[in-house]
Amino acid sequence: MPANEFNGYHDYGLGLGLRVPHYNHILEQKPVCDWFEIISESFMVDGGRPLEVLDEILEQYRVVQHGVSLYFGSTDKPDRAHLKRLKALVKRTNTPWLSDHLCWGSVDGTYSHDLLPMPYTFASAKRTAEKIKMVRDFLEVPICVENVSSYAAFHQSEMTEWEFLSEVVERADCGILLDVNNIYVSSKNHDFDPYDYLNEVPHHRVGQMHIAGHTKFEKYLLDTHDHPVLDPVWKLYDHATKLCGVTATLLEWDDKIPSFDEVHHEALKANEFIDGAKKAQQSKTADARA
Amino acid sequence: MAQKKPNSPKPPTRAPERIRSNRDLREFQRLMMQAVTRPLGPGDRMKRTWEDGRATKEVVGTFSRDNDRMSGVERLEIYNRMYWFRTLDSLYEDLPGLRAVLGERVFMRLIETYLVKVPSRSYTLRDLPSRLEEFIRANRKLTAPHTSLAADMVAFEWSQIECFDGATRPIMTPNDLADTPPAKLKMDLQPQLRLLVLRYPVDDYAMALKENGMRAEASNAVESASATSRPTKRVRRPKPKRTYLAVHRHEGSLYFKSLELASYRMLTAIREGKTLPQAVAAAGPRVSATKVQEWFTNWMHLGWFCLRK
Repeated sequence: MPANEFNGYHDYGLGLGLRVPHYNHILEQKPVCDWFEIISESFMVDGGRPLEVLDEILEQYRVVQHGVSLYFGSTDKPDRAHLKRLKALVKRTNTPWLSDHLCWGSVDGTYSHDLLPMPYTFASAKRTAEKIKMVRDFLEVPICVENVSSYAAFHQSEMTEWEFLSEVVERADCGILLDVNNIYVSSKNHDFDPYDYLNEVPHHRVGQMHIAGHTKFEKYLLDTHDHPVLDPVWKLYDHATKLCGVTATLLEWDDKIPSFDEVHHEALKANEFIDGAKKAQQSKTADARA
Repeated sequence: MAQKKPNSPKPPTRAPERIRSNRDLREFQRLMMQAVTRPLGPGDRMKRTWEDGRATKEVVGTFSRDNDRMSGVERLEIYNRMYWFRTLDSLYEDLPGLRAVLGERVFMRLIETYLVKVPSRSYTLRDLPSRLEEFIRANRKLTAPHTSLAADMVAFEWSQIECFDGATRPIMTPNDLADTPPAKLKMDLQPQLRLLVLRYPVDDYAMALKENGMRAEASNAVESASATSRPTKRVRRPKPKRTYLAVHRHEGSLYFKSLELASYRMLTAIREGKTLPQAVAAAGPRVSATKVQEWFTNWMHLGWFCLRK
């Protein structure tokens, strides 16, 4: 949704991921960009260049934090020291909302450094939702959870991925960071219709969207973030925007990163679909009035 | 070195059939974590045999489903491969000096063994090398006959990683010095500053490698994976020479500075909370007042001092 409780009632437009190869360009040229998404873990440090750059960016731009290590689905309790560090960063950036993934990645204090898929069960959903609530209460900022792309599926699952996502966010009363590319990648890897996914998630909880590129292998798709967005993903984005409204959207490009202008140009392609969604919304409103 | 993972009970031999509780979920995750982090087999494929002699597909098959294109093992293999590629790449990028000391083959064998015996206990890949020096010293065969040099190089490279994003506190000014008698001045070193005592001059070796195109800059941020070129000519390993080093950050860049034993002792005393007269005394009786003043002026200029909290 454009502005809702899950994104702190902020109506952000098209954002880009803040990445090291673009630091100098951004700091020197100060290009127009609605907002930047930062990887929280890159800035959960005590000092040095990362924080100096961040502070300079914060003087000019709006920043939203996106994390890769909260592991809401891990059975380990949230690490208090980790959360304290994260909260310090939340205060520094004044992020209106914070996102991380619906996945697990550590057990018994050992880390995989990956976003591992969950078994889609009611017990897993309950535990995950509890952890999201714990984190939100500690950080005092709205949370959006992102659907991950996945390559494995489990005998233990009791529901579809979108049912699991819905179960978790309803239980946690949190938002969704809807990654349209991840839905597409997983739909190919697990043979489901991505439009079923989009149609079934609670649209009013979507606080942000991600778009990205992926790579096709012989037997599966891999979420590589090293390409422009592919046409089927744009089509899904178009559909998602019509369902959820014009929502803060971010283009992820994390490998083989081209120039800032090229990445920005790719992100701005989303405007075509945003305009379409706005028109659809206007005619819907006009019809309702008539 | 204690290499047993704390709080890591033996993983289950099969996944629970249903996940009805947090305990079931934990058991599921323990088994899958084991499958994902096991060393790869030939051809970077998932090993066909499990630790207890069963077929991997029998164990993995208790949780990972086939589809019409891939078996459950093949699907999990994607994660198994990504785990190793990601962690090995991270260490490879962060430890160019250690690679040069050991050569590629020994280096790769060392870090694979290290990751198996000392798996990551941190949320960030940045911390992966944090226990490698200790591991090398405790497992000398893996790096023989270059164990001491390898351990020194890791200590040096890890100190750069720590220094790169370590904290900096407000720099102590001449006014702070003027306002307080030296015996009462509570001074400290900047947290980002690292002091090292080494058996080998790894700083000179690292500089020689850098001049040969081995490495352009310290690669130690989460996002700073840079392309690494090959050395243009072989740089000889250094001979032992007791070396005292300060690794520090100045205006965003990393530097290392050779220290004399006396100046190392003086800085160490300050870090330990000694007063300035005590630190000067720690430097030893043979150090002249002129020399101490010269050092101190230089360190003040570099912003190495702050007031103790």
